[in-house]
Amino acid sequence: MPRIALPVAIAALLVVGSAQAETRTFDLTIKDHRFQPEAVTIPAGEKVKLMIHNQDATPEEFESYELNREKIIPGNSKAVVYVGPLEPGEYPFFGEFNQATAQGRVIAE
Amino acid sequence: MFSTAIIVFREVLEAALVVAVVLAATQGLARRNRWIVSGIAAGLLGSLLVASLTQDISTAFEGVGQELFNATILLTAVAMLAWHNIWMSRHASQLVAHLRQVGSNVSSGQLPIYFLATAVGLAVLREGSEVVLFTQGLAAGGSESLPMLWGALIGLGAGLVLGALIYFGLVRIPTRHLFTVTGWLILLLAAGMAASAAGFLAQAGWLPVQHPLWNSSDLLSQHSVPGEILHVLVGYQDRPTAIQLSVYLTTLLLIALGMHLSRQRAPAISR
Repeated sequence: MPRIALPVAIAALLVVGSAQAETRTFDLTIKDHRFQPEAVTIPAGEKVKLMIHNQDATPEEFESYELNREKIIPGNSKAVVYVGPLEPGEYPFFGEFNQATAQGRVIAE
Repeated sequence: MFSTAIIVFREVLEAALVVAVVLAATQGLARRNRWIVSGIAAGLLGSLLVASLTQDISTAFEGVGQELFNATILLTAVAMLAWHNIWMSRHASQLVAHLRQVGSNVSSGQLPIYFLATAVGLAVLREGSEVVLFTQGLAAGGSESLPMLWGALIGLGAGLVLGALIYFGLVRIPTRHLFTVTGWLILLLAAGMAASAAGFLAQAGWLPVQHPLWNSSDLLSQHSVPGEILHVLVGYQDRPTAIQLSVYLTTLLLIALGMHLSRQRAPAISR
């Protein structure tokens, strides 16, 4: 039984691994309570990974009503937010802790 | 200052509504204040701890630790609320009889109030840790931080006042209906929390990401004050996915079924 289980487990890990490797990553930076870039263009109909780097010392909450996402990113660290697959269009997001300046949008096309 | 007040208000309101419903549901029970206050205090201490561990929680589980943490907190609270309701459906008639005859408190030994105290603690923990993080950021902000901290206090006060209003509204309900109403509220509250947990699991990639079934944000935004109140009390979402709706309905049905079965087996006459 273990002789079969091990190769199966390895195969399963490889499948999972390759599936995750296909998820494309898009970088986003928070600096001085602003998103850079403010518009992130991603392919429509595909699940992608937003890697958000918070370069401020203070925490920020990435929030989007349209994308149904909310995630706190501690100061000087990074966080992953998966989005999509999305229909073509614009999806605003903002930093809830600094809403006056931290505004951006995902453009799916 | 105004935007600060709103953020803190929204976080405090969510926890305050849960506390209000639980306080109403435990109306007239001895030592309930001690239990609920302990739950709140534990939640506040926990939120300081969680806030200080945010970085570790975030980076755990390949960057989705925060989502899994939130989902776990929510689902644990759902279990506590469900258990309370199932227990109550068996014993509510005895409690009501007691409350009306004796006109005094029922001994807390009869009601496992720690389930609700835990649910309260978890609600305070979840919202509280966000407030702590947010105000820490403000305090580090420099010159503008003083008016913003005032804003935070105003938001805190407003959230507590609204929670208190809901509580006093609930306890005006006559005793014989009170447990029925709070039972329904807790049922809906739990179903809404389960749907929110499903949202976090989708965000973490543990559940499939889906398009929302509908978008009623123009009609009633989930982020307006009435929308927020309905979100907490009955689980309203303006952009729910099919999974979230299914989880909501399944939780509702399972708890209702548990209550029904428990009621059937309830002893006809107490003592």
